[in-house]
Amino acid sequence: MSLIVAQNLSKTYATNSVEVKALQGVSFEIESASFLAFVGPSGSGKTTLLNLVGCLDKPTSGSLAVAGVDVVQLGRRQAAEFRGQNIGFIFQSFNLIAVLTAFENVEYPLVMVQELRPAERRDRVLKALQAVGMLEQKSQMPDQLSGGQKQRVAIARALVTRPKLVLADEPTANLDHETAYMVLRLMKQMRNNFGITFIFSTHDTRIIGEAEIVYSLEDGRLIGREGRGEAHVQSSEDRRTKLTAI
Amino acid sequence: MFNLVKIAVRNLRRYKRRSLLTVSLIAFGVIFVLVFVAVSSSFKELMITQITDSYLGDLQVHRRGYVASIETLPLNLNLNLKQVATVEKILNETPEVTAYSERVKFGGMFSNFAETTNIRINGVYPDNEFATCPELIARISEGEKGPNALQRGKILVPVLLARGFGVKIGDTVVVIATNQDGSVNGKTFAVSGILESATGPGGRDGYIHIEDAMEILRMPQKEISEFAVNLKTIGRVDEVAASVEARLAAAASDPQKVPFQVHTWSQLSPFSNIAKMIDVMTFFIKLMLIAIVLISILNVMIMAVYERIREIGTIAAIGTLPRRILSLFLVEGFFLGVFGAGVGALSGLGIVLILNLWKLAFHFGQQDLVLAPTIAASEILVACAMVIAVSILASLQPALKASRMEPIDALRHV
Repeated sequence: MSLIVAQNLSKTYATNSVEVKALQGVSFEIESASFLAFVGPSGSGKTTLLNLVGCLDKPTSGSLAVAGVDVVQLGRRQAAEFRGQNIGFIFQSFNLIAVLTAFENVEYPLVMVQELRPAERRDRVLKALQAVGMLEQKSQMPDQLSGGQKQRVAIARALVTRPKLVLADEPTANLDHETAYMVLRLMKQMRNNFGITFIFSTHDTRIIGEAEIVYSLEDGRLIGREGRGEAHVQSSEDRRTKLTAI
Repeated sequence: MFNLVKIAVRNLRRYKRRSLLTVSLIAFGVIFVLVFVAVSSSFKELMITQITDSYLGDLQVHRRGYVASIETLPLNLNLNLKQVATVEKILNETPEVTAYSERVKFGGMFSNFAETTNIRINGVYPDNEFATCPELIARISEGEKGPNALQRGKILVPVLLARGFGVKIGDTVVVIATNQDGSVNGKTFAVSGILESATGPGGRDGYIHIEDAMEILRMPQKEISEFAVNLKTIGRVDEVAASVEARLAAAASDPQKVPFQVHTWSQLSPFSNIAKMIDVMTFFIKLMLIAIVLISILNVMIMAVYERIREIGTIAAIGTLPRRILSLFLVEGFFLGVFGAGVGALSGLGIVLILNLWKLAFHFGQQDLVLAPTIAASEILVACAMVIAVSILASLQPALKASRMEPIDALRHV
C-alpha cells in the first residue's frame, strides 16, 4: 500500500478577485521509504504540494491520503495531531527555536506534541542527535551553530518523533554547495537507516541527482517522473522498523 | 508545565531590555499603590483614632432625635434614669465594650467676670471619660493632666476661650446656663487645664464633673445626653453598633417607639467623608495600576507575537496544538506579571519601612502626629493577585491570536 496517494489535486488561491492556480489536477503515488524530490522553477507548485501533503493546507479539489488517512477531511486540531504523530518537517530557514539549545529544540516535539516521559525523551533526543552527528553541540544555542549544523539539528527534530514521512521544503537553499550535499546525504542515510520516507522540494539542479525519484512540476502541473535506484527504495521498506532505535 | 515555564522565561530573557522595562513599569505601579495605600490608611487610622479617642468615642448612644438637634444641645431629649439604666445594662453586657462615658451636655455662658461668651459644656465622670477617650489627656496643653483635672469645682477650658479671655490655670470663672424649666443658674469653677481642640482651630467644648453639670441644670435626678463608648476593636464598630441597637430595641416597651439611637463615629464625624474620599482615591490608584499593567503587557505581548510569527508557524507545523500555543504566551504574560508584582511588592515594603524609620510627621489641630505607614498582607496579596490576573488577561488576546494562526500563513511571514 502506498504511503501517499494523491488524485487530481488542485489548489487555487484567490486574492483580490485574481485567481492563481497553484496546482492543477496533480496525481501521484509515493511508496514508503522513498527518497523523492519535487523539482521545478519558482511558482511551479512545489511548496503548495508539500503543504498539502504535510496537512498544512487543503486542496481546492481532489483527494489525498497520507498513511491511509484521508487528510482532506481532517479538522484543524486533528490535522495538528496527525502532523505531530506522522510527519516531520525540515524548513529552508531551519526554523529552530532561538531560545532553546540544540538538545531542547530536538526535544521540543516530544514535550509539546507527544508528551513523552523525561527519561524516554532524553534517550530519544540523544540518539537522534548522535544520528545526525550533533551530539557534541547539544548544549549550544542556534545562534552558535553554522547553517549546516542548524539543518542537522532540524533533521534530528524531524526524526525524533519517529514519523512515517519527512517533508523538506528547499532544505538546502540557505546552504553552500558542499553543506547542501552533506545535508542531503545525511537525509538519505536516515532514510536508509530508519526507512522513513523523505520528500523534498528544490529548484537547485546540482542536488536533484541525489533524489531517487524526481517529480517535475511546471505551472502547477506534474510534467514528469524520473526514477533512479527504485529497487533500492523498495527493498528498504523493512528498514523502517529500525526507526524505533531513535 | 515546567517546559512551558522554561520556554516562557527564556523568551522573556531573549528580549531582556523590553522585559525589564515592562517589569519595571509594573513594579513602579505596584510600589505606587502599596506606598499610597500604606500612607493613606495610616493617615486615615491616625485621624480616626484622634477623633474617636480624644472626644467622640467609637460609637454613641442617644435618645432618639437628639443627634438631629445636636446643635442646640436640647435638654428635653436627655435619657431619663430608667433609660440610662437600660443602656448601662446592655453596654455592661457587651464584651466588645471596653469603657463608656455618660455625658450631660448643655450650652451656657462662660465668664471671667470681665467678659462673657458662649460655651458648650460636657459634664462627665472623669475616670470614665478618660478611659473612654484616652487621647483626651494629650489635648490638655496646660494644667493638670488626667482625671484630677475634672474633680468637682474644676473646669477644663477650651484654648479658644482661654486665649481670648486671657484665662490662666487656677483662675476662677463662672458657667451660667438655663435649665429645662427656664431657670438660670451659675456656678464658679477653678480652671484646672487648657484644652486643645481635637480637630483644628475652633472648638468651644469645655469639661466639668457631671455632678457640677447636674447642679447647674438643677436636675433632680440623673439624666444623660449621650453615652460615648470605646470598643476593643474599632473595625467591628458597625457590628457592635447593630448589636447594641438591636438589644436596646428589644428592651424597649413599645417596639414601634424605641427611644434610643446608636450612631457610629463615622455617622457623627465629617471626617468619615474624608475617609471615604481616601478609599475612593485608593480605588482609582488601583485602577491606574490595572491600566498600567494592561497596556504594558498587552503591548509587549502583541510585539512578542508579531516578532515570533514564523516561530509560531514552526511549532504549529510540527504538531503543537493551539491550546499549547495559547498557554505558551499566557505563561509569558503571567511571568511578566509575577516578576513585576514581586519586585514591586518587595520595593514597596522597603519604602514603607524607610518611611517608618523616617517618622513622617504632620501637624493636625494643635498636635504633631507621626505617620506609621503599615500595609496589611492582604493588601499586598490583593495588589499582586490583581497584577497577575490583569497580566494574564492582557496576554489573552495576543495569545489567542497566536493560537489561531494558520501554520501555513505564519510560515510564509517574512
